[in-house]
Amino acid sequence: MLAFCTLAAMAVALALVFFYAPLDAEQGFLQKIFYVHVPLAIVSLCGFVAGGLLAIAYLRSGDARWDARSYVAIHTSLIFGVATLITGSIWAKGSWGHWWVWDEPTLVSFLIVFLLYATYQPLRFAIEDPERQSRYASVFAVTAGAFVPMNFIAVRLASSYVHPRVLGSTSNLPPSMALTFLVALLAVALLYATLCAYELQAKRARSQLRALRRAMELGPSMHEGAGDALGARREAGAGAAGSLASAGLTSTATISGRAG
Amino acid sequence: MALLRKELLVEVRTLESVPGMALFAVTTFVVFHFALNRSSVGGDLAAGILWVTLLFASMLGINRLFVADADQGGFDAFLLAPVDRTAMLAAKALALLIYLVALELVAVPAFALLLLEPSIGNALPGLLAVLVLADLGIVAIGTMVAALTVRTRARDLLGPLLALPLLVPVVIGAARASSPLLALGSHGGLSARWLLTLGLYDLLFGLIAYALFDFLVED
Repeated sequence: MLAFCTLAAMAVALALVFFYAPLDAEQGFLQKIFYVHVPLAIVSLCGFVAGGLLAIAYLRSGDARWDARSYVAIHTSLIFGVATLITGSIWAKGSWGHWWVWDEPTLVSFLIVFLLYATYQPLRFAIEDPERQSRYASVFAVTAGAFVPMNFIAVRLASSYVHPRVLGSTSNLPPSMALTFLVALLAVALLYATLCAYELQAKRARSQLRALRRAMELGPSMHEGAGDALGARREAGAGAAGSLASAGLTSTATISGRAG
Repeated sequence: MALLRKELLVEVRTLESVPGMALFAVTTFVVFHFALNRSSVGGDLAAGILWVTLLFASMLGINRLFVADADQGGFDAFLLAPVDRTAMLAAKALALLIYLVALELVAVPAFALLLLEPSIGNALPGLLAVLVLADLGIVAIGTMVAALTVRTRARDLLGPLLALPLLVPVVIGAARASSPLLALGSHGGLSARWLLTLGLYDLLFGLIAYALFDFLVED
């Protein structure tokens, strides 16, 4: 259902971008990358903050599903962040002549936030105990989530003048562009939600599979599902080496031993 | 406060953090001289060199902050004692602050002697204010990052990696605030705006560290 909505929204957004929105007076066709770049940036930043909020939920409740959601939110936002930086560079090169400028506080703030969150996965996978991993990762997510707005404020203060921006607020845009932008924003947000939902579903399926496999190996008296979400989630992360996967298998066996 | 005393006692006996940090800072100033090919600097450049050096020297201190506790079971001993866990945060944070002050007692005069072109006398009160605020920021974030990374596998690598982006606003505030103080020629004044930014940042992350530290110590 969600995927269909996403597909529909993206199709409408693209149609609007290419056929409906007028050409920008200054930048011409290149400006249309704005309809991709800005929604990516907005959704990515909101995703980071959401990851922090979900982490608070985990710390308060101890339910591992919040931690899984927090991880997925941050992970997907990171990917969207890479896309933002790439599309932003393309736009910058086209309209300003440089791939990167230090003058724009938004760019610099975003880069710093991105570098911070890029350390989330190395931190997470450097901790072996799954419960401690979730806890430490949540602490990091909360801190980093609080950092995002502060960073934007600080970097903005640091720049001595504010560049005029196309995207100050939608009231600056003519209605046709504003509509296209909002539809594009909706489409990217739906894409984010779809990707997160798929990833969470994949993790859940994998953890159920491992629970079944363990139950088969260790006999019918085994307590299923206890602590599995933790191990499976850890193992399911992108970039995890094969050794981590095998370590995950053995440590979930230990966890189930404790819980059973 | 007994915890703080223990921290300082261990440091004085083993001398593992502060002399290393101080020596690193002085050596870095020498490296800067060769890297920039300048005998003296002022203004923005001076502020930049001073703060980058202090920042990286504090990374050394941050890396070592919880290492002894992690390796020798200090965490378990602490958990068994009937003490509020925030006491550990307070003790470690104060210890780090004292290390940083000791570091600056060496590094700032060294900087003034080696690289700074304008005389530092006039700038000193303002600079002290900036140093205090920036130190509080480094301590708030540093203690938390140290606790986060001490029980991971690549702790020496992850510590600075996590701390540096979080400390960027502190660097911005400190460098922008000290730059007019260290300017060649006419002195700028102390900018209230940057001090306020630093202060607010310290407050925010101090509160966050206080709120979250318990989760890092339990096991």
